[in-house]
Amino acid sequence: MKAKKIEEKFFRVLMFLSTMFICMVLFLILFSILRSGLPYLSWEMISSVPSGGYYFGKEGGILNAIIGTLYLSLGSTLLAFVTGLPVALMMNVHLASMPRFVNSIRLILDLLWGIPSIVYGAFGFTIMIYLGIRASLLAGIITVTLFVLPIMIRAMDEALKTVPKGLLEAALSLGSTRSEISYRVFFKQCIPGMITAVLLSFGRAAGDVASVLFTTGFTDHIPTSLNQPAATLPLTIFFQLSSPIEEVRQRAFAAAVVLVIIILFISILTRVLSRKYHKNRINF
Amino acid sequence: MRKMQVRLSRAMRNNIHGFWMVICLALVIILPVTMAAGLYWKSSVLLHENSLLSLVFSKEWKPISGQFGFYPFIISSVWVTMAALLFAAPICLLTSIHLTQYAKRWVLKVMHPVIDILAGIPSVIFGLWGILVVVPFIGNYLGPWLGKQVSGYSILAGAIVLAIMIIPFVLNILIEVFKNIPDELTEASLSVGATRWQTVKFVLLKKGMPGIVAAFGLGMSRAFGETIAVLMVVGNVTRIPTGLIQPGYPLPALIANNYGEMMSIPLYDSALMLSALILFVVVLIFNLISRYIIIQCDEKC
Repeated sequence: MKAKKIEEKFFRVLMFLSTMFICMVLFLILFSILRSGLPYLSWEMISSVPSGGYYFGKEGGILNAIIGTLYLSLGSTLLAFVTGLPVALMMNVHLASMPRFVNSIRLILDLLWGIPSIVYGAFGFTIMIYLGIRASLLAGIITVTLFVLPIMIRAMDEALKTVPKGLLEAALSLGSTRSEISYRVFFKQCIPGMITAVLLSFGRAAGDVASVLFTTGFTDHIPTSLNQPAATLPLTIFFQLSSPIEEVRQRAFAAAVVLVIIILFISILTRVLSRKYHKNRINF
Repeated sequence: MRKMQVRLSRAMRNNIHGFWMVICLALVIILPVTMAAGLYWKSSVLLHENSLLSLVFSKEWKPISGQFGFYPFIISSVWVTMAALLFAAPICLLTSIHLTQYAKRWVLKVMHPVIDILAGIPSVIFGLWGILVVVPFIGNYLGPWLGKQVSGYSILAGAIVLAIMIIPFVLNILIEVFKNIPDELTEASLSVGATRWQTVKFVLLKKGMPGIVAAFGLGMSRAFGETIAVLMVVGNVTRIPTGLIQPGYPLPALIANNYGEMMSIPLYDSALMLSALILFVVVLIFNLISRYIIIQCDEKC
């Protein structure tokens, strides 16, 4: 009797500790990034492009990388949205009577989600060679789109799955076409989920290095067309960290702070928006 | 007449949307096949000259003289992945039981965003954290404590960073697994006089075992393919590692580190694409098995 109680107590303490550990780790990561980067973050850092001698510790900033990241993530999120939304809707509206087929699509998407981004990067590189385009913003956008597409579709699908089947039947019986049901009923009903899906993909696209390593190249300028190479924030951090010069490494710390702030901002935005639009939902 | 026109345009819109939808769906379905084909196409040059087995088990990595042995990289990958899973597994298991069985509402309210944010942090940030915290810790404290002079860039550092990275991922699946176990089972167990912990031990863990295995499988394949964070802390020395605090050189790091010079040495690009293909196939197989277990499990419940 006694041993039973002690065992339970022991494991409850362990469980509590491991939960605390996860919180602590997040706090520790954010704290150490902010502590090492904030002293070097200045207005010049985020408002100017690298000038001559930047990589030897002279003046300049990372505006090229910030803009490059925004271009890349916006472009690929938009492309993934345009191709992903129809697939997610089709799985839940048009193929609603074929659950086996839908489940196998889900399986394929889950498998694609699990494939490491470096493989997408290598694949993007083979596409580049095949199509004869060089490392550019366009090649990066295509690669990152492929990378975030399964994430976006699955996230949308999870939201659309919760729409009750009765709604589909009711709309069909009123004579709506399937595309009307898709956009006017299902899409509207799931706006919080859609926002979550889009912002999740945006965060993934903004933070990934391995898939753009091969495909976007690197430049000190802000790209003005799709054919030009682009820099991204994670790439900038990665390259500058390998520099032997202390000033350049410090800039990598500062760039990391910028990236963390962007990611945290997206995370908070997701919560606020999905809570705001949740009110408009019809509840059953 | 006007009514007809409206109907036509509705039907048209429906058709156009249907057409676009089918194209997108086809794109998604053929994507994995295209990926495998594309990577194979690039790596077939090397495979024509050497057999796959000899490449995988050869220890010599000398691109200049055309020797490509993947053995050290594969072994490093296995070490890092296994160690990461070993660190992450108990923490994930304990936390997921805590969150689904014991935790109060406010704990869930706090932990939900914590897990989300942790999952959203880019890998380069994890790598930077590894350089700032984990590597100095191993180099300055753990290494001397064990009586060795090490730089800190090691398999262990890579495994710790990886473990933190896969925790939110595995945790989410585990929470899902425990939530899917019917409440009646736990209630029945509690009503015959078992304590909460006995219920967890004899009912939940037993019932959820396939799901737990699948979650670890998925976490493992995630760890196996993770690139940048590991690359930044693992040391990147081409040698077969024999201990945890030695440097290693996992497969994804090999691809990421050498893409710059791969076009200038013959067969080098082919070798790197082959390592991407190996990654792809291994991760796909692990994922497939784990997903299969989860699907089987769902059907039973």
